[in-house]
Amino acid sequence: MKTIRIEYFAVLREHTGRGNESFSTGAQNVDELFAELNERYSFPAVGQLKVAVNDEFGDWQTRLTDGDSVVFIPPVAGG
Amino acid sequence: MSGFRFVTGPVAPEDYQAHLTDLSCGGFVSFEGWVRDHNEGREVLRLEYEAYESLGIKEGERIIAEARERFAIEHASCVHAVGQLELGQRAVWVGVSSHHRDAAFQACRYIIDEVKQRVPIWKKEHYRDGDSGWVNCEACASAGKHTPPSRVAGAG
Repeated sequence: MKTIRIEYFAVLREHTGRGNESFSTGAQNVDELFAELNERYSFPAVGQLKVAVNDEFGDWQTRLTDGDSVVFIPPVAGG
Repeated sequence: MSGFRFVTGPVAPEDYQAHLTDLSCGGFVSFEGWVRDHNEGREVLRLEYEAYESLGIKEGERIIAEARERFAIEHASCVHAVGQLELGQRAVWVGVSSHHRDAAFQACRYIIDEVKQRVPIWKKEHYRDGDSGWVNCEACASAGKHTPPSRVAGAG
């Protein structure tokens, strides 16, 4: 098991009701982590998500190690 | 001096424009994004911006660096607001100075277009009818749907 710090923004923050959490998981990669979180939260269909691991863009196959931080990024709308 | 930053509340360009002054520059171009009173047929009362700032600054700095590589400019800055903004207030400002004007126009356009597509910033609109919603979020127009989001590989 590893502990992953997850931060939520915008629609995902409102949906989960929290800005961040520490999550204990056996997930090997971002995709598996997302599946576990989706079981818990039933995320809404926000559109295409991107992902960041340790404050850099990653992809769904990025492997996770204990202490990593992960952010799921809903479609952006700056400007 | 170039760079990307976030500020809480409306952007005040006078705080940043002076940093782009350079006696070798004959051209300065800026773009301002203002809070508009309508979007897609709905009356907007105010906006709320939220950003993933640590990654947003990195990505914003990358965009500025790309602009400096692609165009013959001397300085470029972009400042984006977070928090609540009222109608007419400045949500984003881009400023570019260069020896000659063409490069400044092109770089300014490049920076604002890339920032809108790549920097993790979200905008929530509050409407006159009392409703509100996150812009570009599919489910926000139809609350209560619980199909999982689709996934794509990350950018960058």
